[in-house]
Amino acid sequence: MTSSSLALPLRAPRSLARHPLVERYAPVVTMVLALMVIWYIAAVAMNWNLVRDGFEREETPYTVSDVLSGTMSAERPLLPAPHQIVSTFVDSVFGYPPLAPRSLVYHSLVTLSATLIGFALGAVFGTLLALMIVHSRVLERSLLPWIICSQMVPIVALAPIFIVVLGAIGLTGLLPKSLISAYLCFFPITIGMVKGFTSPDPLQLELMQTWSATPRQVLWKLRWPSAVPYLFASLKVAITISLIGAIVAELPTGAEAGIGARLLAGSYYGQTIQLWAALVAAAVLSSGLIGIVSLIERGVNSRMGAH
Amino acid sequence: MSVLSEPATKPRPEDQVSPLMSVKLAHSSLPSQSPPSIDPVPKRLVVDAQDISLTFETADGRVDALSHVSLQVAEGEFVSFIGPSGCGKTTMLRVIADLQQPSSGSLSVNGMSAENARLGRSYGYVFQAPALFPWRTIEKNLKLPLEIMGFSEAEQQQRVEHYLSLVNLTGFERKFPWQLSGGMQQRVSIARALSFDPAMLLMDEPFGALDEIVRDHLNEQLLQLWKSTEKTVLFVTHSIPEAVFLSTKIVVMSPRPGRIIDIIDCNFPKDRSLEIRETPEFLKIAQRVRTGLRAGHSYDE
Repeated sequence: MTSSSLALPLRAPRSLARHPLVERYAPVVTMVLALMVIWYIAAVAMNWNLVRDGFEREETPYTVSDVLSGTMSAERPLLPAPHQIVSTFVDSVFGYPPLAPRSLVYHSLVTLSATLIGFALGAVFGTLLALMIVHSRVLERSLLPWIICSQMVPIVALAPIFIVVLGAIGLTGLLPKSLISAYLCFFPITIGMVKGFTSPDPLQLELMQTWSATPRQVLWKLRWPSAVPYLFASLKVAITISLIGAIVAELPTGAEAGIGARLLAGSYYGQTIQLWAALVAAAVLSSGLIGIVSLIERGVNSRMGAH
Repeated sequence: MSVLSEPATKPRPEDQVSPLMSVKLAHSSLPSQSPPSIDPVPKRLVVDAQDISLTFETADGRVDALSHVSLQVAEGEFVSFIGPSGCGKTTMLRVIADLQQPSSGSLSVNGMSAENARLGRSYGYVFQAPALFPWRTIEKNLKLPLEIMGFSEAEQQQRVEHYLSLVNLTGFERKFPWQLSGGMQQRVSIARALSFDPAMLLMDEPFGALDEIVRDHLNEQLLQLWKSTEKTVLFVTHSIPEAVFLSTKIVVMSPRPGRIIDIIDCNFPKDRSLEIRETPEFLKIAQRVRTGLRAGHSYDE
């Protein structure tokens, strides 16, 4: 209990700071904590008048600490405190059977199915467009301006038109939502894949020429593999966009189910906590989707000899 | 360097023609005293270029990349093109490979037009950079031209083994290109160019990006390879010693316009080693190359 105990406090903080786990997670944890603090302060500030007015309307005597605790537990706060959101989120994820209409899991699944179908459609369509653009100067000049134009019209304005037109020809439910989602997400894939398909080294292209390879062989053995890094970069952007597309598509339809429907209902009835919980669900969903794409990317990369 | 004999399965249409390499030179024999190599049967011309010109328009005006170039290469020869940048040596090789088309002149490659020679896979091309496909293992890189040409799976495997051992890289089948040094990568690209057994090997400064030591080593290996495969090799280089050491014929070229200044025959014994570079005969030919380059104003800048 002499020299060693004296030496310990000198060495301990240093080795702790160098610990790989600390080095890896400390910045993230610090940021989250800082955000939480800011959020709580903002919640108090924003809900203060609301809670105080409530006390005054009911003409009950109140203290500062009453108001303070009121801001943390209001039923319809302007800005819910993080713990309220978390408890509502946990409650609506685990508190009901997964397919009950009050379960967030159910709504997430509805949105997820539209997202995935839209993403698949968008990926295939986007890649086909890129192939056409790469193989024909005429198509490049005729298609590219329209592709860019398609992304300049805000989807919030287009979505209702889509829904109405598709509804008129008898398409309702999942498909219109998926189409809107595909409409949004094909763009980054087309742009990325055009870049990817044209990325092979001129030497590699000339080698293929010296072996008198057919255009199809050049595509499958050279252009496709060269485009893979671009493909995954585009897919990561596209999958989050297609989730946003699916959610936006749920807003004008007055859909009964889906994260978009939850958001809409939350804002109609001033259920701010429910609204935030739905947002958290969307965030969890989109990070999960990106995570899956990244995992696949890592698998593909290691098979393609990345180092 | 393990030099294997050609596998029996290999088609050798050239066999009917008298093999150029049949004249075996003694190690001590000097080029001036080499035994008279009068072939009873004339050698087949692999490249016959008559009056080739190639001009192209650039922003700075007309460039004469090649001006009235005539050249004949017989089967089994090792021909080096040497000259300063812009003399058209790479362009000449690309024209023969049908990667560029001449503006005028007539060209026959392997007895047909350059385009048909390319479509008929008459040559293997080696660039200055190895240009391996990074997502393919060494084995798969070697298989790429074979896949494209529709060789059977078994044939592909057999050829991979044969040609990897030919460039002394057995055991590296499963490695990816980035795991190999620059010299090894270039050897893979040479094996790849040979893998489908083309009549010619076209090499565009294949060792230009490598250091002197690796280069010397690869020069010796290439010579062995040439001796064992009896391919016709067309070889572009910047280096006088490299050209003299490797070639049976040196084509000295000069820029503006790109043209041939001199064609030098160079018949050192086939089993020469790098030491030959110190002999007076070697220096004499190197001197003649240098004179040719000077006559073409290659040293003016």
